[in-house]
Amino acid sequence: MQKFSGFELIRQGLMGQSGWKPQWRSPEPKASYDAVIIGGGGHGLGAAYYLASQHGLKNIAVLEKGWIGGGNTGRNTTIIRSNYLFNESAALYDHALKLWEGLSQALNYNVMFSQRGVMMVAHTVHDVQVFQRHVHANRANGVDNEWLTPEAAKAYCPPLNIERNLRFPVLGAALQRRGGTARHDAVAWGYARAADDLGVDILENCEVTAIRRNAQGAVEAVETTRGLIKTPKIGVSAAGHTSVVLGMAGVRAPLESFPLQALVSEPIKPIFPCVVMSNTIHAYMSQSDKGELVIGAGTDIYPSYTQRGGLQISQHTLEAICELFPQFRRMRMLRNWGGIVDVTPDRSPIIAKTPVPGLYVNCGWGTGGFKATPGAAHTLAWTIAKDEPHPINAPFTLERFRDGFLIDEAAAAAVAH
Amino acid sequence: MLIITCPYCGPRPEIEFSHGGEAHIARPLNPAALNADQWTDFLYLRTNTKGVHAERWRHLHGCARFFNALRDTTTDKILTTYRTGAPRPDLEGLTP
Amino acid sequence: MTGAFRTKTGGRIDRQKSVSFQFDGKTYQGYEGDTLASALLANGVHLMGRSFKYHRPRGVLSAGSEEPNALVTVRRDGRRVTPNLRATEVALYQGLEAHSQNRWPSLNFDVGAINSLMARFIPSGFYYKTFMWPRKAWDALYEPIIRQAAGLGDAPTEPDPDVYLNTYAHCEILVVGGGPAGLAAALSASQGEGRVILVEDGAELGGSLLIERDALIDGQPALDWLASARQQLAARPNVTILTRATAFAYNAHNMVCVTERLSDHRADAQPGEARERLWQIRAADVILAQGAVERPLVFPDNDRPGVLLAEAARTYLNRYGVTPGRRVVVATGHDSAYRVAIELQAAGVEIAALADLRPTPSGPWVERAQGLGIKVLKGTAITGTSGGRRVTGARLSPLIGMAQVGKPDWIACDAVLMSGGCTPSVHLWSQSRGKVKWDEALDAFLPSEAAERAICVGAGAGRFDLAEVLADGAQTGARLAGLKTPPAFHVEATPLAPRGVVGAVPHDRGPNALAFVDWQNDVTAKDLKLAVREGFQSIEHLKRYTTTGMATDQGKTSNLNALAIASDLLDRPIPAIGLTTFRMPFTPVTFGTLAGLARGDLFDPVRCTPMHGWAEAKGAVFEDVSLWKRARYFPQGGEDMHAAVARECLAVRSRAGIFDASTLGKIEIVGPDAAEFLNRFYINAWTKLGVGRCRYGVLLREDGFVMDDGVVGRLAADRFHLTTTTGGAARVLAMMEDYLQTEWPDLRVACTSTTEQWAVIAVQGPKARDIVSRLTSLDLSSERLPHMSLVEGEVAGAPARLFRVSFTGELGYEINVPSDRGLEVWEKVVAAGAEFGLTPYGTETMHVLRAEKGFIIVGQETDGTATPDDVGLGWAIGKAKPDFVGKRSLARPSMSDPDRKQLVGLLTERPETVLEEGAQIVASPGGTPPLALIGHVTSSYASATLGRSIALAMIQGGRARMGQKLYSPSPQGDIAVTVCAPVFYDPEGERVNG
Repeated sequence: MQKFSGFELIRQGLMGQSGWKPQWRSPEPKASYDAVIIGGGGHGLGAAYYLASQHGLKNIAVLEKGWIGGGNTGRNTTIIRSNYLFNESAALYDHALKLWEGLSQALNYNVMFSQRGVMMVAHTVHDVQVFQRHVHANRANGVDNEWLTPEAAKAYCPPLNIERNLRFPVLGAALQRRGGTARHDAVAWGYARAADDLGVDILENCEVTAIRRNAQGAVEAVETTRGLIKTPKIGVSAAGHTSVVLGMAGVRAPLESFPLQALVSEPIKPIFPCVVMSNTIHAYMSQSDKGELVIGAGTDIYPSYTQRGGLQISQHTLEAICELFPQFRRMRMLRNWGGIVDVTPDRSPIIAKTPVPGLYVNCGWGTGGFKATPGAAHTLAWTIAKDEPHPINAPFTLERFRDGFLIDEAAAAAVAH
Repeated sequence: MLIITCPYCGPRPEIEFSHGGEAHIARPLNPAALNADQWTDFLYLRTNTKGVHAERWRHLHGCARFFNALRDTTTDKILTTYRTGAPRPDLEGLTP
Repeated sequence: MTGAFRTKTGGRIDRQKSVSFQFDGKTYQGYEGDTLASALLANGVHLMGRSFKYHRPRGVLSAGSEEPNALVTVRRDGRRVTPNLRATEVALYQGLEAHSQNRWPSLNFDVGAINSLMARFIPSGFYYKTFMWPRKAWDALYEPIIRQAAGLGDAPTEPDPDVYLNTYAHCEILVVGGGPAGLAAALSASQGEGRVILVEDGAELGGSLLIERDALIDGQPALDWLASARQQLAARPNVTILTRATAFAYNAHNMVCVTERLSDHRADAQPGEARERLWQIRAADVILAQGAVERPLVFPDNDRPGVLLAEAARTYLNRYGVTPGRRVVVATGHDSAYRVAIELQAAGVEIAALADLRPTPSGPWVERAQGLGIKVLKGTAITGTSGGRRVTGARLSPLIGMAQVGKPDWIACDAVLMSGGCTPSVHLWSQSRGKVKWDEALDAFLPSEAAERAICVGAGAGRFDLAEVLADGAQTGARLAGLKTPPAFHVEATPLAPRGVVGAVPHDRGPNALAFVDWQNDVTAKDLKLAVREGFQSIEHLKRYTTTGMATDQGKTSNLNALAIASDLLDRPIPAIGLTTFRMPFTPVTFGTLAGLARGDLFDPVRCTPMHGWAEAKGAVFEDVSLWKRARYFPQGGEDMHAAVARECLAVRSRAGIFDASTLGKIEIVGPDAAEFLNRFYINAWTKLGVGRCRYGVLLREDGFVMDDGVVGRLAADRFHLTTTTGGAARVLAMMEDYLQTEWPDLRVACTSTTEQWAVIAVQGPKARDIVSRLTSLDLSSERLPHMSLVEGEVAGAPARLFRVSFTGELGYEINVPSDRGLEVWEKVVAAGAEFGLTPYGTETMHVLRAEKGFIIVGQETDGTATPDDVGLGWAIGKAKPDFVGKRSLARPSMSDPDRKQLVGLLTERPETVLEEGAQIVASPGGTPPLALIGHVTSSYASATLGRSIALAMIQGGRARMGQKLYSPSPQGDIAVTVCAPVFYDPEGERVNG
């Protein structure tokens, strides 16, 4: 692999930047592969990379129906944190966070992982209780998360308004200093380049149209818009389209796909030093390296595959942002877009074997998949290679819904009384 | 924001409605008789259709009644709406 | 005098009204009707900004919303600061104060321009390739530098005082764009019956007609025709005209969103005035007449101040009476630049040369220009410019074939006008999910298949001839309005050949030449080349890797050129490369406009009980519980919460307390099948509940987990009064309606929310009966009104439902009276209680009192993963019932796992130690993370009654651990606790019978 470095940049600069090679090839599909990953987002490309780099599988293809990184990888608000409540979740997300911390170096691709801290703001007594439970649980799990007074929160994030007479005053905040953001496109490209270097074929504009199974019911091939590809192992990492892909193999999963919107402002000079999230008033925001305020909105109320939601959803989010940060009311929205997120009943993902031999799935990330990218990819690769889950993803099965062992992060934040 | 035609009140903006999930999933009359898989199906498994989807809406800030709609989830066009209890209409002859 | 570059006459500025304004601290003069850009140009100022990455000096490029360069911050006062405004759109007013951006220390001398010298080392995507060593340096060093260099203007720092409005509108026909196509469409559509709304981005209707000097319409000059068209439209009652209004989003089901600027253009706009209005317009049909955007030419050094789009120069001349320079070079691939040259020459500007890329341009405009003595150089490319902060010369080279150039000539000039032709604006069309098709003849994407009831007309549909444009608009409007014959307009105009050029201009300037494609983001042709070389071949990848088209202009001037360059490099036709998705908004939209009036108390409505004012007057501290404000405690004489709560608790336990429980959700369940419905819905058995009796009810979700709880009182055989948690009322009612309407339509039951109808006054404590009996003649004896019963009658003169219930463990009543009588009854109770020491208490005290009794709070002890048995409510399940909501799920194996968390009490070794709520519990002390966590503290208080701390906790297998010593890890060390039953006070429950 052509090494990326400052030295190489200067050397190439003197040669008119003419010596750079393609970051990944555009090969023709082979007739068969040892494993095929469906979905060329960060999760899928990462799974191929870990299969090749850690499990010795070299004859792998990633099938992407459009262009790599064009789904939720390129549409999210890039927040990375691991301060989840339940032990299972904290283990999974912290596994990812640790991989994030060395990802640029591992891939020789600067994914701009920026540990600027993720602050979750509490507005009610109930929020305080819930967040403090998180802080305690995280600390006991070895995950950094600390409780801040309103004054300490403002010191960390000066734009925060902590006046007590607000409609939803800031009563404190939980801060994970190791959390932050990364450059989403670079994650897909970095994994693609590193995987390609290990021999992985990245097949863009290659949509899977059917999954073929043998007499024993195990997978044996995929039909694609670029021809038939034989393979004994398929990893599905198709986000909002997971139901559609699994359906080709007769597998049903407890998923529904919803539009999720995000938006950015015009770029401004650095003003906002960290990520701020408010669950109570439904808003989260950070500032990109380019200077845009990056703002996440909620999902629409109905399932859809349109990658588009209603303006009222973004409006509600901006109401919340303007309430928390009234100084940004004159800022302007530059772009608004939507992705399709697949949501499970307990809002936790599924990284598991399926009832079909040779078919594995990584899905159900809802609104939070980006932060887990390396961890999900790594454990999916493990599960595919060994035909059994890694201890970290072992709880995230399909069967947990039947058996009632839910990992209910959403309900754990339940608002009542 | 969608326009949804409530079968009782007529076309209204989406913000008057709540979404009620997939339609035509009846609660089993005798849940105790169901095995674990069957009960899991009822609780959690939805078709998540990419295409024409039968779904429940409730005109929450209007007549407050539930009804069903056929919506194409690839375009969000609503093909028709119909009353709860009525069978799913044939797609033939429906144009958005 | 308002500028050396102002023409003597002409333009639509008001030459009677001189306006002074400031740019970067220097005062200039302009006229009313100017934009900031036109006024600066009139003063000979081209340098208006610095580019994003290289900090190159930049002049204004365009005259409209596509402007990439001239971005300024406009400052009205400390609270009204707006960054990143396009000078081409900022209306001039007396006293306007504008500042350039992204430069330090000044626009003229910007240290950041050093980046420009480094350009060869920092191509597109350079940051992906470096800054990785040492690892920690990214956060500490590299990223802060990158961030500081990036960004445009400075964000405002003070809260915005202005107001933003929001309105909805409906019409039969919405016309977007007030140029000739839109005007013709509106004129014809409004002859029908339907409502027509015409939306125009600019300050006045007219579009390209405002600068038209050649054409005659119906025998009149275009401006005269425009005036009469405007008059006709204004006179029609079915027409609404919005100017300074931008249609920015085309959403599903034909909703178009428009932002209307109300006051930014006025000198006298006051803080707190309505600044913008959001229109959400639902139209039966939408006519998009958005026009076209002129394409720049991509040639080396095409970004020097003084290089601008040819049609922009025509706009400045004809609309504002401003010339771009004294001696101008025109570089073109399109006929329209000839018209510009002719009009500028007529205004006294010297046309040094007109270089046309086309080898054999012909037609009336070419002939006319040559006839007027303009030096036309056919088959000539512009291959460079000279100058620093202003262009001083143009390098013109003869084209040899399609890709090579010959020996250049330098021509001195103070402005360069360029034109590559026009790109139809399909932004909103694409937002509507309408498809586009590449038109070979026009080199343009044109609208094809529609997704909504939308239709494009005029230049936006690839029609550029004025007669065609007017006919297109008129016919479309007429068709949609159901007219038999559309109005016809007779046009006399010199025809323009529609086709221009796309892509990069060939040059001989070597690989390091900077030929800009995207001005604002500093993306050059060689950046695109690099990206293609590195394998970024999808247009979306090219865009993301190079950032072309991602600046605040959203690529209005750059997208097609970028596509054409990629198409050349990849040797694939443009349609095979694809067009990037157009995303809303069309131009940036103010956050405040989208947030509207939802601010402060209107952000989320505040719900207050009838007794709210009383509590406020008594100095209560409130907490937010869902939308409600609830009194948390009533401090007296400087008490803190701890002291106030201790006092309030002791008062309730020893005498009596009064508590506002009005926020509890209340639902009236009525009908012959009401009891059967509750049987199916709640876990409890209801059939045998007698009239006048109450029962504590628990509601599960269908997955078996506790969702809500409350007291259900039976008023009659067919009527129940039911309470829910404060936050759960709407959810519970919605779920009831769901089951009643869709699962059990056979049940004859009606559910009505009565939360707002009843004020609820809880009187709790040993003296409660003494107090309440002073206010009613109802028999309050335990024989007639035992614990968990209710009676209807009069209390304090008001009709009441009097419940004998207790959430404190004391003798207690909850007096339900109509809300409008709530305060009056409350005050009477307070007066009657005075001699008994009746003390008002808040939610915090309520929480302590119920925790002493081990009563759960749904959402605090439960978290959506608790079954009734987990929280000790297994007794409430109606064992004989065949089914209820959630019952089947309780039969799943995991629900009877002995390791499930169960509700227990915890006592700390040291009575004064109060555990933190949310603290975790482990079985053995010491240990390093990750610890084996077996549970967590759900509630924890200092109990004044017990003189020690108490806690409730959910612990794995908790009920089998009674008496066990466990530990709560904390940063200060492990805290030892002993497991006990979750009832700390009056375990026999005697006191409620008092």
